[in-house]
Amino acid sequence: MEHFNLALVDWSRAQFALTALYHWLFVPLTLGTSFIIAIMETIYVKTGKDIWKRITKFWMVLFAINFAIGVATGIILEFEFGTNWSNYSWFVGDIFGAPLAIEGIMAFFLESTFFAVMFFGWNKVSKGFHLTSTWLVALGSNLSALWILVANAWMQNPVGMHFNPETARNEMVNFWAVLFSPTAINKFLHTISSAYVMSAIFVLGVSAWFLLKKRNQALAKRSMIVASTFGLIMSVFMVITGDESAREVFRVQPMKFASMEGLYHGQTDAPLTAVGFFTKTPKPEAPNANEWGPKIKIPGMLSYMAALNTHAYVPGINDLIHGNTAHNIISYYERIKMGKLAIAALKEFQLAKKAANDSVARTALKTFEANYKYFGYGYYNDPHKLIPDVPLVFYSFHTMVGLGLLFVLIFLLTLIYGLKGKLPVKRWILYVALWAIPFAYLAQEAGWMVAEFGRQPWVVQNYMPTLSAVSNINQTSVIITFFLFGVIFTVLLIAEIKIMLNQIKQLKDGGQQ
Amino acid sequence: MFGNLSYLALQQYWWAIIALLGGILVFMLFVQGGQTLLYTIGKTETDVKMLVNSLGRKWDLTFTSLVVFGGAAFASFPLFYSTSFGGAYWVWMIILFAFILQAVSYEYRTKAHNWLGTKTYDTFLFINGLIGTVFLGTAVATFFTGSLFSVNAMHHSFWQSPYRGLELALNFGRYATYVNLSLGLAVFFLARILASLYFMNNIDDETIMERARKQVMKNTIPFLVFFLFFLINVLVMKGFNYDPVTKIVGIESFKYLHNLLAMPVVLILLLLGIVMVLWGIFRAAFATEKCGKKAIWFSGAGTILTVFALFLTVGYHHTAFYPSVFDLQSSLTIQNASSSKYTLTAMSYVSLLVPVVVAYIWYAWSQMNKTPITKKEMEEDTHAY
Repeated sequence: MEHFNLALVDWSRAQFALTALYHWLFVPLTLGTSFIIAIMETIYVKTGKDIWKRITKFWMVLFAINFAIGVATGIILEFEFGTNWSNYSWFVGDIFGAPLAIEGIMAFFLESTFFAVMFFGWNKVSKGFHLTSTWLVALGSNLSALWILVANAWMQNPVGMHFNPETARNEMVNFWAVLFSPTAINKFLHTISSAYVMSAIFVLGVSAWFLLKKRNQALAKRSMIVASTFGLIMSVFMVITGDESAREVFRVQPMKFASMEGLYHGQTDAPLTAVGFFTKTPKPEAPNANEWGPKIKIPGMLSYMAALNTHAYVPGINDLIHGNTAHNIISYYERIKMGKLAIAALKEFQLAKKAANDSVARTALKTFEANYKYFGYGYYNDPHKLIPDVPLVFYSFHTMVGLGLLFVLIFLLTLIYGLKGKLPVKRWILYVALWAIPFAYLAQEAGWMVAEFGRQPWVVQNYMPTLSAVSNINQTSVIITFFLFGVIFTVLLIAEIKIMLNQIKQLKDGGQQ
Repeated sequence: MFGNLSYLALQQYWWAIIALLGGILVFMLFVQGGQTLLYTIGKTETDVKMLVNSLGRKWDLTFTSLVVFGGAAFASFPLFYSTSFGGAYWVWMIILFAFILQAVSYEYRTKAHNWLGTKTYDTFLFINGLIGTVFLGTAVATFFTGSLFSVNAMHHSFWQSPYRGLELALNFGRYATYVNLSLGLAVFFLARILASLYFMNNIDDETIMERARKQVMKNTIPFLVFFLFFLINVLVMKGFNYDPVTKIVGIESFKYLHNLLAMPVVLILLLLGIVMVLWGIFRAAFATEKCGKKAIWFSGAGTILTVFALFLTVGYHHTAFYPSVFDLQSSLTIQNASSSKYTLTAMSYVSLLVPVVVAYIWYAWSQMNKTPITKKEMEEDTHAY
């Protein structure tokens, strides 16, 4: 095994995680409110009622405050692939770079051009052109989500590529396979629907606060109806796509799936842990020491999630590590051996090519191709290092799912009470809606933690672990930039929250009803 | 359509797109230039507000141009992306920090309870204006002067200076540093000229018009000094060629001059670009007010053409566009740094969207610019920055 600076890997991961987690504090709100605002403006244009214009403009202000900081954190993510993960950038750049470039050409220009019209064009362009601009901003921001999620999905489930030993990189052979991979489709649909849900909770919560304070009631009641209708539809969509995503994870990332449930020993008729706590989790030196506190289980549900069959077999972490011949699972020990063969064969191939020794090169290439699918495993000796942080993934997953289901209920109740005109008197649901806001953010972050911590140590599933993807830089530089990013993002976040809270508090719409 | 092109033709096509994006980006840096002039042209709060709002409707496009430039470089020349970004770590990090500061400043600067105060956000804008232009210009100059890195058989790159790219601007013992910095400073002053021209076009206010006109003249002299210093150096310096068959990189005297003479179209584009920039400046400084208002289009288009031609000079005609002075054979060329033929082909189809993008930007801008920014608008617009 080559020498890797693991501290550098950890700091680089920390920096990327910090940027991504901050970025995702702002993006879902942009994705969802852009549509909510577009719907509101459409109602304004259709009805001609001035109150809808005021409602649209109010939410637009909050959108813009949030949008700015989302842009600031987004640019960092793109460039960090190069600055901190340069070996990754070459190894898969032939595939991964394309969606990023398309995102820029197709989405960012759309967003930024019409953003200016949306905010400053009220008195400069026609009503129709303005409304179109608002919809185009929504379309642009969601298109950008599509391409970056296609790129992320490809890391989780690399398809449509072939390794070129001459250039020592993966090269794209099928663009459509990358774009329409089931992982990409599910990831996109689940992520955007959850972002819509988050945005709807935000609009709902802020409006609930107005009603609790008996201010801007006309605006608040109308906003709540739009948000709860939008939220309810999207939350159903979110649950369906989440369910679909689970099967996709089971198929291509069984280790992540087992970690999401803290399942160490595989079983048929596997139950789903609805609520549960670890009292002890296994470590590489004591791999069998998992213990649970009390837990509530739903019989057969995990098997159903995995394969739409309550009796299906779900492998546990130990089955993946040690293999299971009855279920055709190749052990991680075996994969490590094959990975090492692939790495050695690639080196041999390159040396033989340099020496113009074709027959050795051909033999090495054969060995390489036979073992390439486990290439990344070859960087390790101990398979236990290939297990993600199970408690973190387990708790993140359960937090995400639990809160997601709670939001469905909240939308249902606010919609019913809203349509009956009883929202102002049902103060308890207003409090619930208000307090749901931080939990909506929590659910979003938890979702990404499942996706990203759950796939560790892979940056490209099975082919490239984080330790071989990192840039060849000194760790001190990364530590310094980590803290600089931490400080700057935090300062800007505080400024953003203060501005936003003030905008909400100072609104005096006057449109009482 | 693109499927029939040779691999080399696709690489050249994508280098041309990178060159065009580079040109558009440098033109759009007028936003950054304007950010360094807020309190030079603006003397009252309303003046500054008009300037900020004029730039505030375009900043996002400059930002997007930078992001797209990065994304396109990643997709088409990933070895450049990995070598430069992962190597010159501190240069790119400083640029990125400057752009984070910009992204929030417009929206937050006059909002109540913005925590840091308007002056701080305006300082952020100034920092972004200074660093964004000088650092990007300096970074581009290294395409001609070379950097210190090596690339191994696995295409892993290793930067060979502990200063992580900062040495390209700060190692004053190396002559190339002065060439690098001269382009950085030329871009800085050019951005200020373009910003002044943009203000003349976009703001309906006599005082601002007059002050902007003065700034055009003031910044033209340093711009010309630094740009000519850079250009003359480029024309007489040794450059980095490679053998099209063996791919071995070597040093050639007057390489870039040879390139221009061998590619007369590029030479014409370069000269035309420079003349257009100067013609725009001349119109703004000495012609009628009506002419001054349109000067941005000449200087802007001239900027795009000049940068485009410079990129072609350094990328075409068997030239290493990202040379390593540490290990010549590690130098990057459009052939050894590019994506696969398949990816370039697929991306080429996507590039057909670019004219559509340009068309809608043009349309949206023309709709928005029908009425220039006025004091009255600033007083009435509740969303003004």
